[in-house]
Amino acid sequence: MNKNAFIISVLLAFFACFPVLFSNPYWIGVLNDIWLYAILGLSLNWIVGHTGLFNLGHAAYYAVGAYTAAILSTRYNIPILWLLPVAGAAAGLFALAVARPIIHLRGDYLAIVTIGVGEIVRIALENDIFGLTGGSNGIFGIPRPEIFDMRIRRPWQFYYLIGGFLLITIWFFYRLEQSRFGRALNYIKEDETAAEGSGINTAWYKLAAFVIGAVWAGMAGTLFAAKMTIISPGSFNFWESVLIFAIVILGGAGSIPGVILGAFLLVGLPEFFRNFADARMLFFGAAMVLMMIFRNKGLLPPLARKYAGVPRVKGGDA
Amino acid sequence: MSLLSLEKVVKTFGGLTAVNRVSFSVDAGDVVGLIGPNGAGKTTVFNLITGNYTPDSGEILFEGRSVKGKKPHKIVDMGIARTFQSIRLFQNMSVVENVLAGCHCRMKSGIFASMIRTPGQRREEKKALETAKEVLEFVDLWESAGLSASSLSYGKQRLLEIARALASRPRLIILDEPAGGMNDQETAELLHLIREISRKGITVLLIEHDMGLVMRACEKLVVIEYGTKIAEGRPEEVKNNPRVIEAYLGSDEEEDAC
Repeated sequence: MNKNAFIISVLLAFFACFPVLFSNPYWIGVLNDIWLYAILGLSLNWIVGHTGLFNLGHAAYYAVGAYTAAILSTRYNIPILWLLPVAGAAAGLFALAVARPIIHLRGDYLAIVTIGVGEIVRIALENDIFGLTGGSNGIFGIPRPEIFDMRIRRPWQFYYLIGGFLLITIWFFYRLEQSRFGRALNYIKEDETAAEGSGINTAWYKLAAFVIGAVWAGMAGTLFAAKMTIISPGSFNFWESVLIFAIVILGGAGSIPGVILGAFLLVGLPEFFRNFADARMLFFGAAMVLMMIFRNKGLLPPLARKYAGVPRVKGGDA
Repeated sequence: MSLLSLEKVVKTFGGLTAVNRVSFSVDAGDVVGLIGPNGAGKTTVFNLITGNYTPDSGEILFEGRSVKGKKPHKIVDMGIARTFQSIRLFQNMSVVENVLAGCHCRMKSGIFASMIRTPGQRREEKKALETAKEVLEFVDLWESAGLSASSLSYGKQRLLEIARALASRPRLIILDEPAGGMNDQETAELLHLIREISRKGITVLLIEHDMGLVMRACEKLVVIEYGTKIAEGRPEEVKNNPRVIEAYLGSDEEEDAC
């Protein structure tokens, strides 16, 4: 598959040079949003794409991460990037507590409960829970991140910070996808009873998918808090969850390139069509409907895993 | 000591007693058939052994350890593998990945080891692939390893289910109506395969409708009817047992009563 390697190298080189070639802060800002949503999409991809669990409340974990980082950095002056693992762990623990009792639910039932979880978190934040979250005004004055005494402030600096984090995410997630962990999640998606009957601890793996998705969403929340310096509950509403969900489904559930493409389309394209502000949502809705009819596995569905030594199949696979 | 033993196992669904004080044992190395007319409770017994149901009372011991209350995946880990009556493969995944599902419980690499791809994790993946190859060659499906499971014919899908079960390195394999939907040729091949499995030292419990297959494959038969064991013994003994004949063919009195 040299063709794929070539395409990836060209894309990597292009996006690595993008801020140098086009020093337009607006478009760099758009790309920063795309990277952030790509990270969020990839985190949700474990739950929705690989395991087939409908989670429509992913913004909850994103919020828990963002607020953990914001609270700790404003109150205790801890450098925000140090809080990446802390915020990730907080979101992960929250997922562990919340998902455990609901994980056995299937399909639409799970979707409804996760919508509820998302709303509970948002409303709790709005009500200034424990006096920590600042109510609907949120938290402001979140300190800028610093790397080696360099203060990260400008869009191009965030471009490399968030983009770099996205690359690390892809690196880890690709490997995890190719392992027994990724396969186990796919078996559950295909047929849960058969997976359990083949020796896979389905309850554990479903929970693990939730937790790993939440940990990464929590870390994305940290980056978001650092970028915005202000966070408020409005950034973590139901539509946020729907957007992340749509990125995964539209791009290609279970496919890393698919999810990134989904982020480009759902976050990037609306910026292109800003001039047609009123019509763009209409266009978008229509595009989604058509997509689901004609390409219901997403734009870039996942490729089959390759195994060394397995006899080649003539004519490729479906 | 027998490999698997059921002792006075009872399972009720609401008011219906699906399995009523059934006891039998399977000795290591044997091929045992569990037979009975439709709705006799064969599949319920099966699901009790594999952990899909929990018995209301009684005990099920595998190698002296109770399987009662254990989850299905845990029971696979203990060494009991199964196939499904209606084929349940991971249809959109490749043949080799279906078999790797069986290898899963014999692997240990965790999330972090997989993320960084430690040497141990890579070695384990390689070993699992070797197991998958060995098992697929055993059922003669290695040439199709890269195909998606859904593209296989019905008979081959059944073989793939058996391969997936074998990949978990079981000491007991339970086959739920493996000949269902197979033609005579395929059934003959299945009989051969069952004997091969047995030769590998794996004990086989066969739940089957096809009397011809059962009579030829099994060293011992257990017959149940209405959730109760009515006969047990060597195939030729069981075949001539009047209660078994009655259960399968009905008795004159019954016909009169109808």
